[in-house]
Amino acid sequence: MTIFRRSETIIAVILLVAMVLIGLINPAFWSLDNIFGLLRSNVIIGIMALGVLVVMISGGIDVSFTAFAVAAMYLTVKGMLYFGYEGVLLPFVVATLIGLALGAFNAFFIHTFRMIPLIVTLGTGSVVRGLLLGLVGTSIVNIDKMPPQLINFAKVNLVNSTSATGTNFGLTAMILIYLGLALVTHLFLRYTMIGRSIFAYGGAPEAAKRVGFDTRKTLLFVYCFAGALAGFAGLLQGSMIWQANPRDFAGFELDVIAAVVLGGASIFGGRGSVIGTLLGVFMLVMVKNSLIIMKVDTTWQRVVVGVIIVGATALTAWRDRKKLV
Amino acid sequence: MQDASVSLMFAGLHRSGESMSENLLELKNVSKRFGGLVALDNVSLVLKPGEIHCLAGENGSGKSTIIKIMSGVYTPTDGEILIDGKPLTGFTPAQSVQQGIQVIYQDFSLFGNLTVAENLALNTLLLEGKKSVSWKRIRDLATKALARLGVTMDLDADVESLPTSGKQIVAIARAMMGDARLIIMDEPTTALTRPEVDALFRIVRDIQAQGIAVLFVSHKMREMLEISERLTVLRNGKKVAEGPISDFNEAAITRAMTGHDLTDQTYEWKPAAAIDQPRLDVKQLNIPGALENIDLTLHAGEIVGLSGLIGSGRTELALALFGMNPKYTGSVMIDGKKVHPKSVQEAIESGLAYVPEDRLTEGLFLTQSIERNMLATSFENFVSGIFIDRKKADAATKAMFGAMQIAAPGPQTPVNHLSGGNQQRVVLARWLLTGARVLILNGPTVGVDVGSKAQIHRKIRELATQNGLAVLMISDDVPELVQNCNRVIVMHRGRFVDEVSADTLNEDALNDRLKALK
Repeated sequence: MTIFRRSETIIAVILLVAMVLIGLINPAFWSLDNIFGLLRSNVIIGIMALGVLVVMISGGIDVSFTAFAVAAMYLTVKGMLYFGYEGVLLPFVVATLIGLALGAFNAFFIHTFRMIPLIVTLGTGSVVRGLLLGLVGTSIVNIDKMPPQLINFAKVNLVNSTSATGTNFGLTAMILIYLGLALVTHLFLRYTMIGRSIFAYGGAPEAAKRVGFDTRKTLLFVYCFAGALAGFAGLLQGSMIWQANPRDFAGFELDVIAAVVLGGASIFGGRGSVIGTLLGVFMLVMVKNSLIIMKVDTTWQRVVVGVIIVGATALTAWRDRKKLV
Repeated sequence: MQDASVSLMFAGLHRSGESMSENLLELKNVSKRFGGLVALDNVSLVLKPGEIHCLAGENGSGKSTIIKIMSGVYTPTDGEILIDGKPLTGFTPAQSVQQGIQVIYQDFSLFGNLTVAENLALNTLLLEGKKSVSWKRIRDLATKALARLGVTMDLDADVESLPTSGKQIVAIARAMMGDARLIIMDEPTTALTRPEVDALFRIVRDIQAQGIAVLFVSHKMREMLEISERLTVLRNGKKVAEGPISDFNEAAITRAMTGHDLTDQTYEWKPAAAIDQPRLDVKQLNIPGALENIDLTLHAGEIVGLSGLIGSGRTELALALFGMNPKYTGSVMIDGKKVHPKSVQEAIESGLAYVPEDRLTEGLFLTQSIERNMLATSFENFVSGIFIDRKKADAATKAMFGAMQIAAPGPQTPVNHLSGGNQQRVVLARWLLTGARVLILNGPTVGVDVGSKAQIHRKIRELATQNGLAVLMISDDVPELVQNCNRVIVMHRGRFVDEVSADTLNEDALNDRLKALK
């Protein structure tokens, strides 16, 4: 019935077929080591994708979140070093709040001046990156300086195992944070009025105003949510790769947007789901991972991401057009 | 099927809420001005509980202003709004909804990406100030709303997958939730087929049976006569007629809407004493496979109709003359000068103007000023060096603004502030500014309401008689041709096959000849 017509089902089927194909070409794909590695690679892009999903449902787009993520990470780490702070929770709260505050700027410009989200976020992203490098610093905080408690936090594994070659590997516990945030986002989108207002606004902004939604609140929420998730993901990334690089995430927004579009969210707004996004993220990470395994040059990986964005967007656009007729 | 006992129960429920004798809603001497423009002038209107009332008027007559005043979007400049006999000050949209007034706009304001159930329930949930969503409650609310209209529908279908009539039902059902007492429908039949209109009318009568008043805003006379009990007619912001529907017939409504009778005013063309040369003289025009041996002569002041079935070559002829299909053989002369325009630009320069099929207004830049719209095709006439000669352009547009009697504060007013009829004048003005001497119109009044149609016709006639234009009017609308043309040419398979001259021109004669072609 309807489950076969749902985009999520189609994405899941494509994903399975792709996994089988990749497994045939490269049997190592199915090794526990590889799967755990894949899941680990899902975490950061996935958390950011949840924010972008919400923005896209509202009919907008955000390309500034990677800048916010970098700013949140770098400022927080610098602050921790400056104050010699040794906790874990507070830094993540601060990073999240930095992202949230920056997201509020996006919402302000988009709502107050009725500006196109793409232009606003291109601008704010550029300003934030520029200010960070110009005012805060350009030096990378490496493993020797990186707060050890962050590194240890991100090192927590759910399962530990040893591979045939004798190396230790495990499934990172950070995946739980990602899935937890995904669950919260899903419940929130489906079971709260503000969540529904995002769908309503993305479907018909004028009608949303007429039925009495506070659309200013909706937009504020949407962009703050994306900013907050990006800020959180930024610091988590720093903790997982053991360094805080103020130039990190360059061009990463395309990967995230590609994953969300791949997950069936509509560029016209009003459509998209957390489950689809989880699948889209997994698919994108898997494809990039396979390219690396097949020793494809990184420049060609950009080509693949670009093709995925255009292809998936064309598909969803075609799907949504068809419904309009 | 509608459950009669349910509707009676609801009727009782609703009537008990108010005393029977009161008027549900009354506008008392209401005026609304925007700057210098009077949108509504001292209008009084009474709506009784449970009546079907029709508000008629052309585009720009003030209908939408009344809707916005009733829904609290506009505050009247003068006058009072009374609900249940009590005057209200500072009437807001929220108050309007609280009083049970619901507007169904032409676009329905629905969410295409959401399900029928959610579209129906959102309003109620919002009104209740809910923070969380119970999907069971959404379904319950939706089921109840549809039951009240006596219709069944797939609650899980996305609204955008529904046909227009289905969307309308959702919009009506949504409007009736809460405690609706008055439902205002803005042009509800526009996109509906006849069976769908019938279904809508059944629903409207059901709504009425539940004690809810319906204000039907329309310009379609047959439908007004069919559904409404009382009628109020607006013209230019003033109330010009009201009364029970039995006092009206189509002609009376038309007269009230437009201010004059529209019938029996045929166009008479008297050739000037000495006609030396025709405005447009086409000889032996041929396009292989499309046009064959076309001979056409238009004199100044003539309005010549071009009739025929679709695909008869009418549009091809217009496009050939207007430089959009220059691959023809034969000669075309304008005022005795041989022309063969190979582009639209050249055609305009040689004195031709062509207003394409579709609505006249589709060629307008709606957010731009009247002035800019008028100049859009003739800027090159007002250029000195590389700059626009402002003085010359201003003088020309001002003169045209006056000549066309456009109802607006001035030439700087954006075109989207104008009524349909006035917008059409701007389009005609634009073509006049190009210095056109031959005007080709293709379906000049397709999709235009009665009054605007009459205005356009009047303007076209004036252009012919006063400005000496030669007009070629392509139309499928037989009454339009009969009324406005001094002769009508019938075209078939790329050839002129017949011509009906003024003395024998009437609807029957033309219809007979068109039928003979089939």
